[in-house]
Amino acid sequence: MKSGLTRELICMRVAKEFHDGDYVNLGIGLPTQVSNFIPEDKNIVLHCENGMLGYGRIAREEEIDPELVNAGSEPVTLKPGACFTDSASVFGMIRGGHVNVTVLGAFEVSEKGDLANWLRSDRGVGSVGGSMDLVCGSKRIIVAMEHTTRDGKPRIVKKCSHPLTGKACVNLIVTDLAVIEVTPEGLVLKEVAPGITAEEVRKATGPVLLISPDLKEMEL
Amino acid sequence: MIGGFGVTGVPFTLIKALADRAVKNLTIIANSAGGRLPDIDITLLVKNSQVKKVIASYPVYSGRVSAFEERHLKGEIELEMVPQGTFAERMRAGGAGIPAFYTPTGAGTKLAEGKEIRIINGRECVLEYGLRADFALIKAYKADRMGNLVYHRAARNFNPVMATAAETTIAEVSEIVETGDLDPETIVTPAIYVDRIIKGKKHEIRFD
Repeated sequence: MKSGLTRELICMRVAKEFHDGDYVNLGIGLPTQVSNFIPEDKNIVLHCENGMLGYGRIAREEEIDPELVNAGSEPVTLKPGACFTDSASVFGMIRGGHVNVTVLGAFEVSEKGDLANWLRSDRGVGSVGGSMDLVCGSKRIIVAMEHTTRDGKPRIVKKCSHPLTGKACVNLIVTDLAVIEVTPEGLVLKEVAPGITAEEVRKATGPVLLISPDLKEMEL
Repeated sequence: MIGGFGVTGVPFTLIKALADRAVKNLTIIANSAGGRLPDIDITLLVKNSQVKKVIASYPVYSGRVSAFEERHLKGEIELEMVPQGTFAERMRAGGAGIPAFYTPTGAGTKLAEGKEIRIINGRECVLEYGLRADFALIKAYKADRMGNLVYHRAARNFNPVMATAAETTIAEVSEIVETGDLDPETIVTPAIYVDRIIKGKKHEIRFD
């Protein structure tokens, strides 16, 4: 398998999905790094499960405030207009449908858009965190992940093998190889990473992949 | 109940005091079961064999195995996993005298198994019960002598909600000021919820 995008480039591609005025939640892992790639001129407000609204990029050494961190406990910066609430209120924003876009990591996504990201069957214990609240309350769910597992197995599958976070909740999948939309007709390949062919993406994907008539190379 | 999210807003001084008292068979209600700062977090209570059950949304971290994970997998500590928003709302409800509520979060998943389900406005919802505790150990930034509390940045998290949901709430703070010195408009936790305050020790927070 040819190598696809680096993790940074996946984040850069995800950041292009946001629109001015969006309230966006970034899940733990790869998605939290997206905060470094949001253009300064875009009016995006980042929402965090710890009660923070309006944070910015990851903090540099000299900027660190140990009590100003993202969901993955990484020190971040604040943007003008930021505010803080307690955990019950910040989840009210999620459940109440006020968060426009959520970006989550995943173990697996099914062809129907089912998401498994909290419990690996082989570990015996996992952490659900806010993922179930986010998939049930956010208007749009983007999954950012590596296209295959470390040993080359597809993460996009017919049916998830790990316990579900939510059924039919994923709208878009951004990986190191491709951008894939979940539609009622099935998974649609919209974009391929530079140097990757549609056929290579198909081989690395479990279920049938429909090819968009507008298939193009990812713009980063 | 023990406040905190990851490494922020955790009452480390109170956790140490609880470990020193060595009371056993505790049910710990906290977002995580420790492991990020194992020398000062809830791991202390786990290693001391003081914990019977954990109610949490983020009990274990990826890429590290905590004392809690080892003991839970051996069957020594029971775990009740709750989606984080439901976890917060259960305590909010508990503190506000709401015995139970329905929420769409978790419907159709393993975490809703065995729970009462009702279709409300065409959507599957799960019955969840309010949560209360005998004690809440919380961390705030400043307290006045009455027990009114303000917080700093993301260290607020679960602390104000837990303060409302326990018979006895003990707040560890960085600074105690005179009553009247906090602007009434900025107080987040009113003193009605706070029974005791202590000035905490400074702890070094590592982000490894």
